[in-house]
Amino acid sequence: MIDNKFKIANKIFKSRLIVGTGKYKNFSECAKAIKTSGADIVTVAVRRVNISNKNKARLMDYIDPKKITYLPNTAGCFTAEDAIRTLRLAREIGGWKLVKLEVLGDKRNLFPEMIETLRSTELLTKEGFKVMVYCNDDPLMAKRLENAGAVAIMPLAAPIGSGLGIQNKVNIKIIRGQTKLPLIIDAGLGQASDASIAMELGCDGVLINTAIAKAKNPIQMAEAMKFAVISGRKSYLSGRINPNLFGAASTTNKGII
Amino acid sequence: MNIKNKIKITVNGKQMQIIPKFSLKSLITKLKMPLNKIAIELNKKIIDKKRISKIKLKKGDKIEIVHFIGGG
Repeated sequence: MIDNKFKIANKIFKSRLIVGTGKYKNFSECAKAIKTSGADIVTVAVRRVNISNKNKARLMDYIDPKKITYLPNTAGCFTAEDAIRTLRLAREIGGWKLVKLEVLGDKRNLFPEMIETLRSTELLTKEGFKVMVYCNDDPLMAKRLENAGAVAIMPLAAPIGSGLGIQNKVNIKIIRGQTKLPLIIDAGLGQASDASIAMELGCDGVLINTAIAKAKNPIQMAEAMKFAVISGRKSYLSGRINPNLFGAASTTNKGII
Repeated sequence: MNIKNKIKITVNGKQMQIIPKFSLKSLITKLKMPLNKIAIELNKKIIDKKRISKIKLKKGDKIEIVHFIGGG
């Protein structure tokens, strides 16, 4: 099977790995990890500038938004109004319309508040934003987000930053089966094999931050994730064999002595 | 100018004193903020960066200046 392109809101991207830019030791390490990962989309957050330290390094000085697609997020937002305010500001910085919506409902587990997420998706879409939505792995809610105009469905694998890997493969498969929208696992992956599993389930991409940034060797992990995503995708497209409870010899008995 | 003539504004949650009729552009220049890397809110309304020289700041104005940082 030939790989179809990874297309979000009518734009084609080369890499199916989206990388977050938080939690690195410094911007230099972050930039290096992104380059190694091969990602051409990175998530970024909107925050106040430090007015007392004008010379503090800026993300945009290390990662050129002309060379890589910035995907502004709404991290830390708990209401639709907060999220919309944040993304309007992001758009004002440089015209970004492709955004990652993330409306949280619980400070401890960081699960998405899906009622507010749905409301935000509707409002942002009406304003012309192309909304990629961080959501729970609930097929019914995923459908409602799609109907509300989301351009990508991004269910969690496990709580943000937990590194637990995909907890509910069944739901991810059901969502895969019901939507033609890009399906991207966002949050909860811990190691390269988790990324491969996501791709083997038929996801179009994965979004990884903590698993790379907090690895002992973030640059090497970025590379591992790159290959894991490619490998998982190829495996998915190749069509796996049917699992069998019994052995099936690879060597023929014909001509046995 | 006498300090009594200065007016108080809030920038990113911090109080600042400026002279009356100080423009938003002057504030951004004073803070050495690169315009192409920030967005500005004045009293919760997003400001078109092309218009900042025309906006004179008033007592009690609340300004938010934001940029992109690392995030997931």
